[in-house]
Amino acid sequence: MTDVLKPETSAATEAADPSGPTETRLGIRKTYKLYVGGAFPRTESGRYDPLMLADGEVVNVSRASRKDVREAVVKARAAQGGWAHRSAYNRAQILYRIAEMLEGRRRQFEEELASIEPESDARAEVSATIDAIVYWAGWCDKFQQTFSAVNPVASSHFNFSVLEPTGVVTVVAPQRAGLFGLVQSATPAVVTGNSVLALASAESPLSAITLGEVLESSDVPPGVFNFLTGRRDELLAPLASHRDVNAIVYCGNDVEEIRVVQTEATANLKRVALRSDPLPGTFDPYWMLDTCEVKTTWHPIGT
Amino acid sequence: MTVSDRPAAPPSPPIDEVGVNDRVARFTSRSIKKEAKVEALRLALSMVDLTTLEGADTEGKVVQLCNKAKAPHAVLPDLPRVAAVCVYPTLVHVARAELEGTGIHIASVATGFPAGQVPLEAKLTDTRTAVEAGADEIDMVISRGDFLAGRYDAVAEEIRTVKEACGDAHLKVILETGELGSLDAVRRASDIALYAGGDFIKTSTGKVQPAATLPVTLVMLEAIRDFYFATGLKAGMKPAGGISKSKLALQYLVMVKETLGSDWLHPDLFRFGASSLANDLLMQLTKQATGIYPSPDDFSLD
Amino acid sequence: MNDDSPTPPAERRLRLDDGWSYAPAPEGTDHLRVDSSYGLFIDGAFRASSSGETFSTINPATEEPLAEVALAGVEDVDAAVRAARRAYETVWAPMAPADRGKYLYRIARVLQERARELAVLETLDGGKPIRESKSVDVPLAAAHFFYYAGWADKLDFAFPGRSAHSLGVAAQVIPWNFPLLMAAWKLAPALACGNTVVLKPAETTPLTALKLAEIVRDAGLPEGVVNIVTGAGETGAALVQHEDVDKVAFTGSTEVGRQIQRSVAGTSKRYTLELGGKAANLVFEDAAIDQAVEGIVNGIFFNQGHVCCAGSRLFVQESVADELLHKLKDRMRTLRVGSPLDKNTDIGAINSKAQLETIRDYLDVGEGEGAEIFQPACELPATGYWCPPTLLEGVSQSSRVVQEEIFGPVLAVQTFRTVDEAIKKANNTPYGLSGGVWSDKGAKAFRVTSQVRAGVLWANTYNKFDPTAPFGGYKESGVGREGGLHGLAPYLELTAPGAPAGTLS
Repeated sequence: MTDVLKPETSAATEAADPSGPTETRLGIRKTYKLYVGGAFPRTESGRYDPLMLADGEVVNVSRASRKDVREAVVKARAAQGGWAHRSAYNRAQILYRIAEMLEGRRRQFEEELASIEPESDARAEVSATIDAIVYWAGWCDKFQQTFSAVNPVASSHFNFSVLEPTGVVTVVAPQRAGLFGLVQSATPAVVTGNSVLALASAESPLSAITLGEVLESSDVPPGVFNFLTGRRDELLAPLASHRDVNAIVYCGNDVEEIRVVQTEATANLKRVALRSDPLPGTFDPYWMLDTCEVKTTWHPIGT
Repeated sequence: MTVSDRPAAPPSPPIDEVGVNDRVARFTSRSIKKEAKVEALRLALSMVDLTTLEGADTEGKVVQLCNKAKAPHAVLPDLPRVAAVCVYPTLVHVARAELEGTGIHIASVATGFPAGQVPLEAKLTDTRTAVEAGADEIDMVISRGDFLAGRYDAVAEEIRTVKEACGDAHLKVILETGELGSLDAVRRASDIALYAGGDFIKTSTGKVQPAATLPVTLVMLEAIRDFYFATGLKAGMKPAGGISKSKLALQYLVMVKETLGSDWLHPDLFRFGASSLANDLLMQLTKQATGIYPSPDDFSLD
Repeated sequence: MNDDSPTPPAERRLRLDDGWSYAPAPEGTDHLRVDSSYGLFIDGAFRASSSGETFSTINPATEEPLAEVALAGVEDVDAAVRAARRAYETVWAPMAPADRGKYLYRIARVLQERARELAVLETLDGGKPIRESKSVDVPLAAAHFFYYAGWADKLDFAFPGRSAHSLGVAAQVIPWNFPLLMAAWKLAPALACGNTVVLKPAETTPLTALKLAEIVRDAGLPEGVVNIVTGAGETGAALVQHEDVDKVAFTGSTEVGRQIQRSVAGTSKRYTLELGGKAANLVFEDAAIDQAVEGIVNGIFFNQGHVCCAGSRLFVQESVADELLHKLKDRMRTLRVGSPLDKNTDIGAINSKAQLETIRDYLDVGEGEGAEIFQPACELPATGYWCPPTLLEGVSQSSRVVQEEIFGPVLAVQTFRTVDEAIKKANNTPYGLSGGVWSDKGAKAFRVTSQVRAGVLWANTYNKFDPTAPFGGYKESGVGREGGLHGLAPYLELTAPGAPAGTLS
C-alpha cells in the first residue's frame, strides 16, 4: 500500500527502477491505422505515407481516402443522436474520464510526441492536452445555461432558445501540436453533443491514433470521435463537401485551403468555422457555438 | 329522435385556450359595413331574448317589457320582432297574456335559477310551473356543484329529467361558464348538455362574472357542430350576459357564420340573452337609416 | 330549433358559403402619397441611378404600375458602399452607443406614427392582405427597432466574458414576402451594433423600404448610415461581392444563398443566410383539433404561403385524419380570397406573375404525381395574380410537391402512425427552418419539439414572431440567427474583455 500512487512521469523515477525494461529485448513496433466507429480499420485504399521518427524508425502512416471519409461519416452520424441525448452530466463524466485515462498513459504520449517533436515540448503538450480535456468536460453541463435564453415575447407564449448540436462535424486539425491541436479543435464540438470526424496533423499524426486507443478504452461511445490520418490536399474537399456533414472546423492560415473549404461547404450550406492554430492555455468557449444551432421553441401559456 | 335515443356523450376533446383566443381575434377583425351591417343588426334584433330577471320584477315591469318586445321602436317601420321575452316562472302568466298571438316566444328560467342549489323535486316543480303557465322555452341551470365535483353522470341525469318535465317546451341548458374554470370544462359541460337532451346550450345566468365571452361561445359552437356531425341534430346556442353593444353582437354573428354556417344564423338556433342590447341595435339601425348618430334618449327604456 | 329529425350522415354539411355575408370593406388609400418615381437612397439623399435606368413596380392585385424605381448598377452600389464606409468611420462607429440607440427609438416611433400609411403601401406593392400588413408586418417592424434600440448601449452584457465590436459595412439583401419587416430585421440589429448598412429590397416590392429611407432621413440619422439601393439580382450580386463590405446578410431562396456563400468564399466577409423551408406541421391524435386546424391555416395560408417558415407539409396521425381534414376543408371554405385592401380578405394576391407561374407549375407537377387537389369554390378577380387555398392529398415523401418549396398557399397532406415515424418524416428533408407540433400532452410536445431538426418550433401554435425570439434555420435553411439576443452575434466581433477589435482568434 505504500508506493501505489508514486508518479511515474519523471525520468529520474524511471532510471531508479531496477525492474525497468532491458536494452537487449527486440521491441514490438506499432501499426498505426485509423480510428473510426470505435475500431481501428486500415484505410480502404491500402495507401500509406512513411514518417521518419527521431530515432530513425520509419512508421507507415495510413493515408485515408475519400471512401474512408464516407465510411467515417456514416459511423459519426450513427453515433451522434445517442451522444446528444445522453445527459450533460454523463457527457461531462465521460470526457473527464478521458483526461483520467490520458493522465495514466501520459508517458506513452510523451514518447510518441518526442519521436516527432522536441521532448520538452512533448511533456508540455501532454499536460496542456489533459488540462484542456478537463476544461471542456466542465462545460458539458454549463454551456446551455450560459448561452441559452428565455425570450420575453409579447404574446401568451413561453418562448426559449436553446443550443442543440448541429450534428456531424468534420475537423481539419492544426498541423502543429498533433495531440493538443486535435483535442482543442475537436472537443468543443463533442461537448455540445456533436460527433466529430477529424483529420489529424500530417506532421504529427501518431498521437491521434494512440488517443483513439484511450478513447476506445474509456467510456466514449464508438463513433463520437473519429480520426483519420492522411493528406489535406486529398481530403479537404470531401470533408468540406460531404452533404451529411453539418459543419466543418478548419484550423490553419492557408488561404487556398480556406477557399477550398468555404467553396466546397456550399454543397449543403455547411457551417464553416475558421481557427488559427491554438495556443496552450487559451480557451474560447465560443468555439462551442460554432457547431451549435439555436432552436427557438414556442409553447402557449393557458388553460 | 327522442332524448333517450341520443347516444352517450363521447369523450370531450382538449381545448387550447391560447388557440381559441387567436381564432377569436380573427372574428373580431372582420369589418361589417353598409348593407351587410344593416342586415346583421336586424338579424341580431330578431335573435334577442328580451330579459328581465330581477328580484324587483313586478307584473308592471313585465308588461312594459312585453310592449317593448312587440313594438321596439315605432320610428323605424318593418323591424323584426325579438325572439322571446325571458322572465321568472311566477311572471310567465303575465307575459303569456301580453304576447298572445304575436309569435314571440315566452322563455322562463327554472330549476332554482340562478344557483340551482335546490332539491331536484323543487327544480322539477319550478319547471312544470313555468310550462303550465305558458312558457314554451325553459332555461335551466346545471348543477355546477355536481359538475365541479366530477359527478358528470348526475349532471346529465338531471338534464334528462328536466327535459322530460319540459314536455313540448324547448330546453336551454345554462352552463354558467363563469363558474366552470376552464374551456376544457366548458366543452365537457356542453357535450353533457347536448347529449342529455338540451335543445340549446347557454353560457350564463347573467348573475355571475364573467358571463358570455367570445372564446367561451366559440368552444360551445364547436361542441354544437361536432354534435351535429355525430348525430345529425342541430342544437342552438345562446350567449347571455354582458352583450350590450351592437358591435359585439355582430362579432358573435361572424363567429356563428364561420363556425356553423348560415343554418344557424336564425332565431331558431341562435339567441342573445340580453336586456340592453336591443336598444343599442335600434340606435345603430337608426344611424344606418338616417346617417345621424342618435341619442340614447331617443329610445324607450323598456 | 332542432325539429328532432336528424340529418342523414351524408348530408351533414355546414352552409359556410351562402347566406349573410360581409360587404366590401376597402381600406382607404387617400392618406397615402405614392410618388411616380423613386430614386436610390445614398448618403442621405435620393438620387437617380448613374445609368438613368429604372424599372416599374406594380400592384399584383390589379397589375397596374405603382411607380418607377431607379435601377442601381455597379457604380451606384459602389457609391452606396463608400458612403456607408465613410459614415461608419466618421460618425456611426465613434458615436456614443446610447445615441445610436436613440436614433433607433426614433425610427420605431415614426413607424408607429405612420403605421397605417406603411401598411397600405405594403399591401399595394406586395399583394398581402391589409389585415396582415396592419396587424403583423408594420407593428412587428416597429417592435424590432424598439427592441434593438435598447441593445445599442448594452452589448457588453450580451456575450459573457467578451467585449463586443462592430464589424463595419453590412450588405443586406431582402425578399419580397415581408418587405418592410425584413428591412427592420436587417437594419435594426446591424445599426444597434454600430454598423452602417447598404440594403437592397426585392425588385417587386421596393416601396416600403424607400418609405423607410424617408423615415430614416426624417429621424435625422447621419448621412450614409443607411443606404438603400433598388434593383434585381444583379444589383444584389454587386452588393454582396463589393470588396469593401464586411458582412453579408441575405434572406431569400436556398439556391441564391448557396451562390452567396460561394461568392464570399476566400474573403473575410461574414455572412448570415435565411433561406428556404419545407416545414412539417405534425398533428397528433391527442391534439386540440379545432385549434390545430386554425394553426394549420395560419401555418400555410398566412401571407399567401409566401413564408419561408410556412407549415407546408401537414402530417396527421391516421386516427384523426378524417376528422381533421374535414374540419380543415370547412375552415378553408371560410377563407376570403380577393382584394388585399379589403379588411376582410384572408388571402391576397400572389406577389408576382412569375411566382404565380411557379405555383401553377407545382400544382401541375402534383397532379402528375397523383395528388388529389382540393380548393374551395371562390370567385377570383378578373385581373391580378390569384391562387385559392389548396390542399394536395394522396402525396408521399417522394413527391416533388412534398420535397420542394412551393412558396404559395399549397399544403401537402400526409398521415403517420407513431411519434417516431412523425419525427423521422419531419426530418426527412434538406431544410430545417421550422416545424409545428400539435399535442395536448406536454411531455410529448417537448419531446417532439426537441427532436425535429429545425430552428423554430411552434408547439400548439404556428407562425408567431417576436423581436425577442431568435429565428433561423438548421441544415440548408440557413446560417445564423436573426432576432433576440442571438441575433446580435452576426453583427459583432467579440474580443477578450477590453481588448480592441481584431485581437481574438
